[in-house]
Amino acid sequence: MTIPLPPSQVVPDGVIGLDADPGVGLWRGAFRRLRRNPSAIIGAVMVAIFVLVAITAPLLTSYAPGSAEWSGQVTPSSVPGPSPEHFLGLDRFGSDMWTQMVYGAQQSLVYGVVSTAIGLTVGASLGALAGGFGSVGGRIGDWVDTAVMRLVDIMLSIPSLLLAVSIAALLGQNSYAVMIAIGAAQVPIFARLLRGSMLSQGKADYVLAADALGIRKTRIVMGHVLPNSIGPTIVQATLNLATAIIEVAALSYLGLGESDPAVAEWGRMLVAAQDRFDAAPRLALLPGAAIAFAALGFTLFGEALREALDPKSRR
Amino acid sequence: MSSTDPLLSVRNLAVTFVVRGQPAVRAVDEVSFDIRPGQYVGLVGESGSGKSVSALAVLGLLPSRGVQVSGNVLYRGTDLLTQSDAEMRKLRGREIAMVFQDPMSSLNPVVPVGVQVTEVIRRHEHADKAEARDRAESLLRKVGIPDPGRRLREYPHQLSGGMRQRVLIAIALACSPKLLIADEPTTALDVTIQAQVLEVLRELVADTDAALLLITHDLGVVAGLCDDVNVMYAGRVVESSSRNQLFAAPRHPYTGGLLASIPRLDAPRGAPLHPIPGSPTQTIPWDEGCAFAPRCHHKIDACLGTAPPLEPIGDRDLRCVHPLDAKRPTTAEAGR
Repeated sequence: MTIPLPPSQVVPDGVIGLDADPGVGLWRGAFRRLRRNPSAIIGAVMVAIFVLVAITAPLLTSYAPGSAEWSGQVTPSSVPGPSPEHFLGLDRFGSDMWTQMVYGAQQSLVYGVVSTAIGLTVGASLGALAGGFGSVGGRIGDWVDTAVMRLVDIMLSIPSLLLAVSIAALLGQNSYAVMIAIGAAQVPIFARLLRGSMLSQGKADYVLAADALGIRKTRIVMGHVLPNSIGPTIVQATLNLATAIIEVAALSYLGLGESDPAVAEWGRMLVAAQDRFDAAPRLALLPGAAIAFAALGFTLFGEALREALDPKSRR
Repeated sequence: MSSTDPLLSVRNLAVTFVVRGQPAVRAVDEVSFDIRPGQYVGLVGESGSGKSVSALAVLGLLPSRGVQVSGNVLYRGTDLLTQSDAEMRKLRGREIAMVFQDPMSSLNPVVPVGVQVTEVIRRHEHADKAEARDRAESLLRKVGIPDPGRRLREYPHQLSGGMRQRVLIAIALACSPKLLIADEPTTALDVTIQAQVLEVLRELVADTDAALLLITHDLGVVAGLCDDVNVMYAGRVVESSSRNQLFAAPRHPYTGGLLASIPRLDAPRGAPLHPIPGSPTQTIPWDEGCAFAPRCHHKIDACLGTAPPLEPIGDRDLRCVHPLDAKRPTTAEAGR
């Protein structure tokens, strides 16, 4: 039996391996791996659809959100179903269901992104502070690290939804309260994650090598340790968008969310659908499916991103 | 200061690792050696003999917690062990630089090579970006990296192991340090690449008039490069002499064993190899006598009991009660 051999490859001097084409950094390499991963593509498409619908909401419907102009058609026993004017029918307050859905997407996206951004900014700052000082070590370094992390531990000891509920209750019923509440619940996650990876990177050989060259501590932390540690935090942010979207809906469901009836919100649509579930299950199923769709998209994409950035999965 | 004064003078260096709940481990003890300006000195020993720890202690790179360092490390008359962290940071990279063993992990994987070369130049010579970039390019050219402009934009994983070690040598020598400490600089490389990298190292060190402290377990590397050799065993220097004397006639049984263990090309086929019996874990503490005694074929009763001091015997310093014969012509029997 003969085995066909590939033509022997002459590797030019200095070019070892196939990875050696210029300019393939960590992120570009990760992008390549993402493109080869089917669940990354599915996740990305789902996220893209969600974001596109949210952004173009005013173009996708000719009605205004939350307008109750067809409320006369809603009776205690029935909610009008799909019709030529309203292709998903009306909701129980007499608004156009499709309009509520697309504006709800907009609302979820804004809430999700803003609250995650709050969580990421505050959490990553705390984590970088603790991790930076912790990886430098010494008495002051350890003290700062410990102080920051005890604070974060206190936040972490409160269940995130409970924390969000208390903050929303404290700040009153408005959109800012919801965003801050959900963001605050994410702070410990980001802080611990970034600190942990900074501490482990702080023991890496290249840090010792930089130390041996007399590079300043701040430069080592900001220029070497932080860039190596930020990957998992970015991944977590993507995953947290999913959680945030669910939590926005959950807070609204508990009556702590946006109180303005003119704002369409998936969680509140679920609440409203409760007592009509037998008559018109679509009232609950549609927003439920939309929440699941958005959360699943971000989760799939986030998990794929985590894999793509993991040095161990690199080929 | 005259030119024969040592550049670096290590006196009675001792490093102890203290872990709570466990007995303290003295990794390095009574280590003394000198390096004159421009001199190449080898520090030889097997894994765990304290070579790397000694080098890290010289540069003040051991963690402050759980490590006790004592003795003196005099660099141009200043004791480095008493310097503040800020002062040491100014000195490291500019006066004394270090090349580490593993070029894969000593470069930051997510930072382009160029940034890592220029940052040390910008740190110590306050050069601006463009100037540092030009310097980095010419440095990379000097260590034999083709197309340095492109390489500077690349990331470490795009470079081969040999090229990475060249980059690390370039970085270490960027600010023309007076002393370069190279810790097993070729251990992680192929044999063919090893020779190239050693040649680059030798040329550049010669170019910059730096002194070199070469830490290695490879006596072949020492034979090709060093003027003076210090052999370490179990944390102490056991033999210290010039290269020629050491290779011509090793006096310490450990050194003799190391030399005998090198396989010879001219030995007949099938001739047995000559390992040193036992392993480095099979040592006794120095305060119960010579730590090498359990593995030594040349030991006598006097080897146990008290630790032998390092003292001048003939043409060299030896830490041995019963050294090998000075006029032993071949080293092949020394390991037997």
